[in-house]
Amino acid sequence: MLIVLAIIYIAPFLIQVATSFKTDADAASNPMALIPETWSTAAYQRLFLNSDFPVWFQNSAIVTVFVTLGRVFFNSLAGYALARLHFRGRNVIFALLIAVMSVPGVVLLIPKFLVINQLGIYDTYVAMIVPLLTDAAGVFIMKNFFESIPASVEEQARIDGAGTFRVFWSIVLPMARPALVTIIILSFQGSWNELSHFIVATQSPELTTLTKGVASLASGQLSQGTQYPLKLAAAAIMTIPVAVMFFIFQKRIMNTTDGAVKE
Amino acid sequence: MSTPVRTSRRSSIRGGEAASGWLFTAPMIVLLGMFLVIPVLMALWVSFSDWNGRGSPFAASVSFVGVDNYSVLLGGGGLAEQDFGTALRNNAWYVLLVVPIQTMLALFLAVLVNRQILRGRGFFRTAFYFPSVTSSVAITVLWLFLFSSTGAVNKLLSFIGVNGPNWFNDPSGVLHNILGLFGVETGPAALTGNTFLGISFWEWLAGPSVAMSAFILMAVFTTGGTFMLLFIAALQNLSGEVVEAAMMDGANGWQRFWRVTLPQLRPTLFTVLTLGLIGAWQVFDQIYTGTQGGPGKTTLTPAYLSYQSAFTNQAWGQGAAIAFILFVIIVVFTLFQRWLLAERKVSARRMRPYLQTPRDGGSR
Repeated sequence: MLIVLAIIYIAPFLIQVATSFKTDADAASNPMALIPETWSTAAYQRLFLNSDFPVWFQNSAIVTVFVTLGRVFFNSLAGYALARLHFRGRNVIFALLIAVMSVPGVVLLIPKFLVINQLGIYDTYVAMIVPLLTDAAGVFIMKNFFESIPASVEEQARIDGAGTFRVFWSIVLPMARPALVTIIILSFQGSWNELSHFIVATQSPELTTLTKGVASLASGQLSQGTQYPLKLAAAAIMTIPVAVMFFIFQKRIMNTTDGAVKE
Repeated sequence: MSTPVRTSRRSSIRGGEAASGWLFTAPMIVLLGMFLVIPVLMALWVSFSDWNGRGSPFAASVSFVGVDNYSVLLGGGGLAEQDFGTALRNNAWYVLLVVPIQTMLALFLAVLVNRQILRGRGFFRTAFYFPSVTSSVAITVLWLFLFSSTGAVNKLLSFIGVNGPNWFNDPSGVLHNILGLFGVETGPAALTGNTFLGISFWEWLAGPSVAMSAFILMAVFTTGGTFMLLFIAALQNLSGEVVEAAMMDGANGWQRFWRVTLPQLRPTLFTVLTLGLIGAWQVFDQIYTGTQGGPGKTTLTPAYLSYQSAFTNQAWGQGAAIAFILFVIIVVFTLFQRWLLAERKVSARRMRPYLQTPRDGGSR
């Protein structure tokens, strides 16, 4: 039973990789074969040497790096304040955060475009990166984690005269590694796989990300006929970074709950 | 316990804390405010205006048109209403099928993988979860290939003698097709004659199109693993004692699952259903990458229609209105589900026998 299910889950990806090394005709006539009749790297050559694919890859990488760094910093900063610092308005901020979390993303397509356009940053890296620099769910995860760290640790540092930022940066943040890893995984995955935000924030070819580019490939750009090997090769390469990330942090991802909220 | 000196010192620390508190949260407040709160308010204005996408939506030339954009969609009698009705119909079928199936599959996978005796649990978990980490664009590209007319799925079907459809080009409704097998080609006048949101009841009952069914299978394939993880976490937090007690009382495996395990999974079940529902009402990436609403508008969804109305057809007010209607639908469904799955309050009469032992009358 399990074996059958596992085959159903794995087979599509094996077919994908196999097909990306086939010729167009072979892909159409033997869609299920896991070994190409004749090995062909034509699809990969075309992608890397004769298309905008490298530019898309680069854009995705740039956005992902900045968004991930930003989220790690801003989410933990805000999460720490909400969990540990006592100040007027904290509860209001937290309530608003929860409210904001419940706004479905797709509803924001037009709204985001309106603001980005109004700010005059449409079609720039700024428009691609800045709106994604923090996310409510991430702040929430960090807040939960910081609440689980015993307060005595900080008090010790306070008595020694460390300022609030110092306590946060050199004492508490290093202890938050499990939660930070969760944030890194989520934002890496999230920004690498993001599509709709980039659709509404940019239009020029130089700013196309992998998701946008591959989506345009799928709908026929760049190709005469179906060209499945080309499309599947593009999709496969696009999956590699998240797959690598996934296998590195597999333990962590598979134990999401004890990672985020450490008792 | 606290001496005066200590108090004053603490309050001075607290004083500094207020400043740092605001300083620490400021980036988040600014970013979420700028790119979440303000946009929603702006879009709300646009949904009540006749802005055409040029210039600022707050320019003097843009005027307030009341609920016009909404009424065109909900009762205008034109193409806009028809498209909106079609999109709602498509997405409703998608939700109706995806949410229960993915939840059952996720629970099923979790129970299978969670068994103590199983060897290689990690491998199976990875296999089931992997589709969840890949992007919807990449999966859609793969799906377009697998379900193409000469693709792997049809090849597989041909082995068992079934002539597979041309999946992503087949607009026919699945329920209509099944009825067609019994010779029913057109519905009764009561269904074909009356319409809701510009499409007839008969069309509402068409079921998902063959093309949409392929998307439904894809959603189940990709999200099953995510929710499986939530169920696994919940299963591991269950105490074994209750199950053991049930075993002593002679409950068989099936009874133990239905009567003992499942009720304890209620909170997780609620989370999974809610997340599933919210996600399923927002199908966008797959449609944008794959069929762009076709064939015959049978994969049009409100999210995609909202995007298309605004960005392609420059009907910004209408696009924004669709987004807000979708928002309301999602909120209503979530609240309804919360109400449906809420622990029913026990009536006073049924409660009475338990009142002698008040300590046990609580949440357990």
